Amino acid sequence: MDMMRRTLLKGIGSSGVLAAALAAGMLKPTQVLAADWNKAAFEAKDVAGALKGIGATGAAESKDLILTVPEIAENGAVVAVTAVSKIPGTTSLAILVDKNPMPLSARFDFANGALPEALLNVKMGQTSLVRAVAQAGGKSYIVQKEVKVTMGGCGG
Amino acid sequence: MADPMKIRAQVKDDVCDIKVLMSHTMETGQRKESDGSVIPAHFIQTFSIAVNGKIVVDGSSGPSVSKNPRFGFKVKGPKAGDKVTVNWVDNKGDKRTDETTVI
Repeated sequence: MDMMRRTLLKGIGSSGVLAAALAAGMLKPTQVLAADWNKAAFEAKDVAGALKGIGATGAAESKDLILTVPEIAENGAVVAVTAVSKIPGTTSLAILVDKNPMPLSARFDFANGALPEALLNVKMGQTSLVRAVAQAGGKSYIVQKEVKVTMGGCGG
Repeated sequence: MADPMKIRAQVKDDVCDIKVLMSHTMETGQRKESDGSVIPAHFIQTFSIAVNGKIVVDGSSGPSVSKNPRFGFKVKGPKAGDKVTVNWVDNKGDKRTDETTVI
């Protein structure tokens, strides 16, 4: 965490514009804080740890959360993942790959008219479950699908 | 300084489709050089998308997002001519901001 803070401070220090904007109160502090990287969740080595990190322990399975992944990925370096939440009041989505060294791939918070859906490419080291987690009204929902990987994307 | 992003924002039926292609190595920190030394992790950690200055998507990513990350989102409301701004920051403090206009 100390490392993060140093990087953040360094970043602000080197950017006079941002510092001036902060001083002028043009940027709300919350907007700056919202961009914090969730180290605990992203560096968790297992799914349970990653879910705990994003506050989604005990997420309920939901059919209103739609995850689209290929059944077979020939190239684990680029696996297209689409997650769409039909759960009312969804404010965030997260994508996890169970068997990656650090399962959490990405997390998105939505605001100001953004629909709770996301498309992205992830790397997969081996055949694994891929999960999408949605958070709505203080509750968490989860869905998973298996992707068979014929060539890993994380090897050297 | 990293290469510019490619951003496309297109409105159809009141919903704006925003596609972003970032240029970044997204090194995992898991790979090794031929001499056995670990190639240090270097990846985008946080990014945000704003329409006319209002943040619509606040994202964070780990090293398992693919090289040259591609993201797609949908936002209700933006009109042609609105400004879409995307910025990212990586784990080494490098950053990049790019802008496009909704069509």
